[in-house]
Amino acid sequence: MSPGRIRLARRLAAKDLLIERRSRVLVNQVLPFSGLVMVVFAFALGTGGVLERAAPGLVWLAVLFSSLSTVQRSFGLETADGAMESLRVAGVDPIALFLGKAAALAIELLVLVTVLLGLAVVLYGTEPRAEGIVLLVTTAISATLGLAALGTIYGGLAAGGSGRETLLPLLVLPVAAPVLIGATRGVEAALGTDRTAVSEGWPWVGLLLVFAVAIGVGGALAFGSLIED
Amino acid sequence: MTPSPQTSTRRATGTRATRVLGIVTLVMLGWLGLFGLVLSPADVDQGDAVRIMYVHVPTVWLAYLAFIVTAVCSALYLFGKRHSLGFDRVAGASAEIGVVFMALTLISGSLWGRITWGVYWQWDARLTTTALLFVTYIGYLAVRGLDGTRERRARRSAVIGLLAVVEIPLVHWSVRLWRSLHQEATILDTDLDVDIDGLMLFSLFVGVVAFTLLFVWLLLHRSRTIALDDLLADRGIDRAIAERRAEVGPSGGSS
Repeated sequence: MSPGRIRLARRLAAKDLLIERRSRVLVNQVLPFSGLVMVVFAFALGTGGVLERAAPGLVWLAVLFSSLSTVQRSFGLETADGAMESLRVAGVDPIALFLGKAAALAIELLVLVTVLLGLAVVLYGTEPRAEGIVLLVTTAISATLGLAALGTIYGGLAAGGSGRETLLPLLVLPVAAPVLIGATRGVEAALGTDRTAVSEGWPWVGLLLVFAVAIGVGGALAFGSLIED
Repeated sequence: MTPSPQTSTRRATGTRATRVLGIVTLVMLGWLGLFGLVLSPADVDQGDAVRIMYVHVPTVWLAYLAFIVTAVCSALYLFGKRHSLGFDRVAGASAEIGVVFMALTLISGSLWGRITWGVYWQWDARLTTTALLFVTYIGYLAVRGLDGTRERRARRSAVIGLLAVVEIPLVHWSVRLWRSLHQEATILDTDLDVDIDGLMLFSLFVGVVAFTLLFVWLLLHRSRTIALDDLLADRGIDRAIAERRAEVGPSGGSS
């Protein structure tokens, strides 16, 4: 990986984050939506034991649904005013573009995950334990990386009008199964849901990391072909 | 774009070879009916429900074969020197066939499950992966339906087709981990290759051969109809241009 490419990716990520800081679309729209999803889960499942036991899974479901809007926003920025074309005409390396978009997305999703985990403590009565903190943080980061890479691959394809917006969930959700499974089990072990030991969580972190690397490499290679039009 | 002379002269999708193949396929399917429904015995445990297997196993085999063909043709399109659209058409046709037969697999499997296990669906690793695979290829077909020139469509779908090859093992692995850790004590064995009767095995074999031939036959016809569709689109554009030119008339022929 050349330093130029990394610098470019960092600039692209900084650009996305700057736009978000100024427009606050994610903070004002996606974050309230994800909080709402957490509340709606309580309506569907009823309060009490069920909610507390299902909390890790529900958090990741809410992340998954909100990540779809986040990805759409991220690529909506590029299709508006033909920004993506400009980037391509400017000769921006697609791999750097992929890495930059994915990095910005990962940071945004990480904020989302942190807020939702906090919300789970407040709304669902989950109690984080000291010995599981490292596992919790590692799980959250590795799951978010995989999700960001996955969203970036298909976000580029699903952006840009004529019936493409509805394509994103169909492409992302089946492949997101490893993230949902791995992240849920990891957080379960970190929180000790159902009396699981912390050590049971680490194999799932392995799964999440393999997923993030495979999807990241595959996505970086494929991205150029997917945003061609 | 000028159509190649080979496709422009062929108006139908059938040739002598496909007709022969079609007849052989029909005969084999008839055979399968005979062996599956009449000659093969009912199972000791499953009773007549076992006959569903003679369709279920061949359809799942066909679906996986179709998805493999899609992946191989995607790779051939993408990495081949000529980027031949023929590979793209075969990849698309194969995925369509795969999706249809995967749906048949899921339906026949859940019917069999209802009779044998008492439930339509088990959260078994193999079943779950199959369902996700099915949806993944529906997504692939949706991507094929996107607008753009033919070359862009082909390139895009080939990349999606190859990404599926990276993703599916990951999905399968994770689902297996998920089930193995959370499996309740169960005596349900989804492997059916235990102690299989000779005639039953032969019926299955007939089924697999018949459905493989069916796959080839469908693939030939479907990829040719896709080629004809492309040709029709080209002709439509040519004709529209000619009509607009005619409207302007010979005098005002500025372009």
